[in-house]
Amino acid sequence: MEKWHLMTIVVLIGLTVRWTVSLNSYSGAGKPPMFGDYEAQRHWQEITFNLPVKQWYFNSSDNNLQYWGLDYPPLTAYHSLLCAYVAKFINPDWIELHSSRGYESQAHKLFMRTTVVLYCCCLKEISTKKKIANALCILLYPGLILIDYGHFQYNSVSLGFALWGVLGVSCDWDLLGSLAFCLAINYKQMELYHSLPFFCFLLGKCFKKGLKGKGFVLLIKLACTVVASFILCWLPFFTEREQTLQVLRRLFPVDRGLFEDKVANIWCSFSVFLKIKDILPHHIQIIISFCFTFLSLLPACIKLTLQPSPKGFRFTLVSCALSFFLFSFQVHEKSILLVSLPVCLVLSEIPFMSTWFLLVSTFSMLPLLLKDELLIPSVVTTMAFFIACVISFSIFEKTSEEELHLKSFSISLRKYLPCFTFLPRIIQYLFLISVITMVLLTLITVTLEPPQKLPDLFSVLICFVSCLNFLFFLVYFNIIIMWDFKNGRNQKKIN
Amino acid sequence: MAAPGVAACGGNWFSALALGVTLLKCLLIPTYHSTDFEVHRNWLAITHSLPISQWYYEATSEWTLDYPPFFAWFEYALSHVAKYFDQEMLNIHNLNYSSSRTLLFQRFSVIFTDALFVYAVHECCKCIDGKKAGKELTEKPKFILSVLLLWNFGLLIVDHIHFQYNGFLFGLMLLSIARLFQKRHMEGALLFAVLLHFKHIYLYVAPAYGIYLLRSYCFTANKPDGSIRWNSFSFIRLISLGLIVFLVSALSLGPFLALNQLPQVLSRLFPFKRGLCHAYWAPNFWALYNALDKVLSVIGLELKLLDPNKIPKASMTSGLVQQFQHTVLPSVTPLATLICTLMAILPSVCGKSRRCFNFSDSDHNRTLFPLPSALHCTRKEKTLFNWMETFYLLGLAPLEIFCEFVFPFTSWKLKYPFIPLLLTSVYCAVGITYAWFRLYVSVLTDPPVSKTKKQ
Repeated sequence: MEKWHLMTIVVLIGLTVRWTVSLNSYSGAGKPPMFGDYEAQRHWQEITFNLPVKQWYFNSSDNNLQYWGLDYPPLTAYHSLLCAYVAKFINPDWIELHSSRGYESQAHKLFMRTTVVLYCCCLKEISTKKKIANALCILLYPGLILIDYGHFQYNSVSLGFALWGVLGVSCDWDLLGSLAFCLAINYKQMELYHSLPFFCFLLGKCFKKGLKGKGFVLLIKLACTVVASFILCWLPFFTEREQTLQVLRRLFPVDRGLFEDKVANIWCSFSVFLKIKDILPHHIQIIISFCFTFLSLLPACIKLTLQPSPKGFRFTLVSCALSFFLFSFQVHEKSILLVSLPVCLVLSEIPFMSTWFLLVSTFSMLPLLLKDELLIPSVVTTMAFFIACVISFSIFEKTSEEELHLKSFSISLRKYLPCFTFLPRIIQYLFLISVITMVLLTLITVTLEPPQKLPDLFSVLICFVSCLNFLFFLVYFNIIIMWDFKNGRNQKKIN
Repeated sequence: MAAPGVAACGGNWFSALALGVTLLKCLLIPTYHSTDFEVHRNWLAITHSLPISQWYYEATSEWTLDYPPFFAWFEYALSHVAKYFDQEMLNIHNLNYSSSRTLLFQRFSVIFTDALFVYAVHECCKCIDGKKAGKELTEKPKFILSVLLLWNFGLLIVDHIHFQYNGFLFGLMLLSIARLFQKRHMEGALLFAVLLHFKHIYLYVAPAYGIYLLRSYCFTANKPDGSIRWNSFSFIRLISLGLIVFLVSALSLGPFLALNQLPQVLSRLFPFKRGLCHAYWAPNFWALYNALDKVLSVIGLELKLLDPNKIPKASMTSGLVQQFQHTVLPSVTPLATLICTLMAILPSVCGKSRRCFNFSDSDHNRTLFPLPSALHCTRKEKTLFNWMETFYLLGLAPLEIFCEFVFPFTSWKLKYPFIPLLLTSVYCAVGITYAWFRLYVSVLTDPPVSKTKKQ
């Protein structure tokens, strides 16, 4: 069968799954007075259409910032404006937007799909069969489908732009790649989680080309591209200093505290034992989170700058985003999608660990999905994803040391502990324990009522378990980055 | 270019296909459901709460029981599971009751009973000889047939969105056909007899079954060139077949015969008062006939050949279920449709599966015929569709775009609200009639199927 036939089928399957998920309930359905994210998006269309640009980010009688004020960068605002024009054509009555919902989601999500398809086509090192399998699995990743089509958000747009960025930069189209990534940041500021690897990778490339010659030229070109794209997006807001500052205040709400609601990161899990939010003053919290985040991602980034390679770039994206997720300020559980995207990119290289991670990432969002009554779609899409991965990559056969990219690490470890040969076994057992815990917790949360004294017991447990898993992955990915390069260098010496 | 998963799972592709489509069916749970949902809920209520003597008389709801007794017993069995989901749905006075648990139960019951369909497809695949095909998974006839049947989108839409139990019934039919292919004729006959008493609409294919069984089972031997050897007719076999049909019918209709309710049951099963075309036209020959009649009447009115006072208003197209008269062309009575059907199937007595669908009376457009076309597809070696057929199929897309997106915004929406349905029906009728014609030609001109070697 022709490759494009299969690819079309894969894309159509992805589309069908997304469409059916969007038939379910959405965030805040029928829950006045605040409703949910769906209402937020609708509200943004309302204000961008009716109010002048200068008032979008300001509190006024027409624009009550407490009721879903705009807190994403300008590109989101322009996008909402575009949607508003379409909605007006279909039906100016805002409430009717519910019926056109599937509609708008489709048009804008097509974007992400094209990116994935293109990325898979560009993976030169692997066979065609794997490319299609890869595309299928990435398109079936439950987390993104459930959040974007169920809960209702537009993550696909920013993630799509980021993916274009990764693609461009990996294929040596640096300027296009950085432009795409700037657009991603200007759509959702959370993309800054990915900014450091981009910066280090491009810097590394410049160093490699020699700072005195081509490298310097590249550096200047990149700087110009970035500045130009930012100016273009923020143009209406650069007219007054106060405008820019207000937008920044909305984008980075440092007043909101270390974390909000239940999220599977370190601070939330730690607060089970010690309520740091109440003990430490505000500015200390910011400083601590800053330090931890940067300390955890520094080794990988330095490595990337010194030895830039597309493979290293992808792994560094994972570890950086994960560090940010675990240690950063005001993280929401949906931010795990920023980590899941790069993990999808390395799915073909370490299928077993990637599948495991993607399952945990979907599980970590369970409290949110249950609140939106998305239980059946979650279960079904997770099962479909798992089956697709098992079939496409036969993940359970790829758990040897070499397959897990842990060979060089094990060799180094065996210098001190000669009998340490059972690393794969340990990992397999951990996987089993992790999956059993996730299934059990899901069953418990769905069937039982939490005790009266601890109404959030199950959400906290889910976050805690997910956090432990994520810490494990952080360590794992950092090990791969630090030790794998050594291996690559040794091999070159041998050859 | 290999399909993903070939190397990894080898013979497990069937399980993957079955599991994949089941998961898709689960995702379709919250979709729109039609009045058929209420129909089946009502039948659950009737069979659960009332004694047998009332089943075919009960008329609290407009959706009276009009399937044969075995289906009623099936609903009765389901109702015993339903009571654990939501007791309220079994109350016959709870018209249009559709709580979330009811919806969940009904949808899961369809998904669950589709297991029979999956099994039947598996059996059908065993009957296909796949040795001539290439090594690619996607070129194997078994794979193609499985995909065409398991992932049949018409069936998915009707069963899991609109809501019916066709998958389960089709499973029975496919299983009986598979048994016939496997030379287990008695089982095939038994299964088909049971099927008829589940949904009598399968009477359409009964002539084909009858002729086939007569030919292959009752005549025990052939002449060397493959034609009939008349003196090898076995009365015993004929009688045993008759006995099977008789016993099944006795089991099904017996209780109602004892209660003297047979006329009532039959009148429920065969409502000839419903008219030629149901509210939504089935895309068969009569749709074309009606369309032609409508066109001619409009032309006649324009050219002042017809008197507007004599024409009944909004005759066939307002979506109502009733009998009516055609305006220009001769009106069609039930007897006429029966004669047409018989004439249509007469030339094809030697065939394996026939399409009487095209000429039958009061058609329910929900009846589907995946098997003949599916089997036919696996036999062709050249490309599936020629340019004309491809063009026709591609034309479905603009048609749908027009009907769903463009039409609602035009001014014709209020004046001629039936146009999307009419267009869709007529367009599909053209396609189905053409396919029927091609199938006919192919059956009559194909060389006789060679006997399989004795094992």
